[in-house]
Amino acid sequence: MIPALALVVGVVLGLVLEPTVPGALQPYLPIAVVAALDAVFGAIRAQLEGIFDDRVFVVSFVSNVLVAGLVVFLGDQLGVGGQLSTGVVVVLGIRIFSNAAAIRRRVFHA
Amino acid sequence: MTEPTRGWRRLLAPRLRRVDLAVAALLAVLGFAAVVQVRATQEDGPLAAARQEDLVQILDELANRNDRLRAEVSALNQARAELSTGGDRSEAALAEARRRAQLLGVLAGTVPARGPGLLLTITDPEDRIGPDVLLDALEELRAAGAEAIQLEGPVDLSVDAAQASAGDRVRVVASTALVQGDEGGIVVDGVQLYAPYRFVVVGDSDTLASAVGIPGGVVDNVEQRNGSALVEQRDEVTVDALRVLKEPRYARPAPEDGD
Repeated sequence: MIPALALVVGVVLGLVLEPTVPGALQPYLPIAVVAALDAVFGAIRAQLEGIFDDRVFVVSFVSNVLVAGLVVFLGDQLGVGGQLSTGVVVVLGIRIFSNAAAIRRRVFHA
Repeated sequence: MTEPTRGWRRLLAPRLRRVDLAVAALLAVLGFAAVVQVRATQEDGPLAAARQEDLVQILDELANRNDRLRAEVSALNQARAELSTGGDRSEAALAEARRRAQLLGVLAGTVPARGPGLLLTITDPEDRIGPDVLLDALEELRAAGAEAIQLEGPVDLSVDAAQASAGDRVRVVASTALVQGDEGGIVVDGVQLYAPYRFVVVGDSDTLASAVGIPGGVVDNVEQRNGSALVEQRDEVTVDALRVLKEPRYARPAPEDGD
């Protein structure tokens, strides 16, 4: 419950404060968001399977975001940032889909 | 069956620990970041979210397109300039063609002519003046530079020559033929004329007058036949008899060399 409320609070804060994204963060923020979504979906799946662990979630969330950002940063340095960020988004998208499928099986038994 | 239920309960049941706060903070950050990113994408359009290399590529494409359009603009400008000068040229050519048509019309007798010249009135009381005399007179006038000639007859001599209403008038051109008339007089290009005749001539009046008046010339010739030849120089005479141009049946313009 509390995490859901926190998510809502974050959304409201974003809507109210209307911050602008710093230029240095601009390439990384979308990737970071997708990576975090991956961690969240993984957490929901683990919760449903009864193997959720707070610490694991925190570490995976942070490391997901950092690794995604690092990969994109490396790609930028190597001149393949665009392609690499596409690759990261694809991989994370696949993971989100598989997690969502697992959640669906758990919730709807289908 | 119990496991997912317990999972849901654990998900929904609040248990405050430090790690829970961390989870909550992370999720808040996620929501915040997601909203910020969505807003940034919506507000700034596609370019703001684009990467530097993509921007460079877009810029390159724009520069290329700019160059192409610039080239197109200069080509079109050139075409326009060419067309406008071409228009001037064709206008000038048209004016020149009109001018030449007028000049040729004077020669061919299809347009009226006006200018300095003289009136040569020939009377023939004894009916002894035939086409040969008039032809001589015509040749004399042509040789003296007559530019437009018409032959009238019979001329009413009772009124002033300038207003004298002629009987019939014929424009004299290159193909003009003078023939003895069946019932007297002469036939000029199919038109019957009777004495007294009058030539209306546009040209240098002094030259024409002296050409007509030379000893043994037209005037002498006419007077030998007991006629009279009256030469009147005018500042302006009007040759207004016209003829219809016939389309040549056989002759076609041949291409000129070097044209």
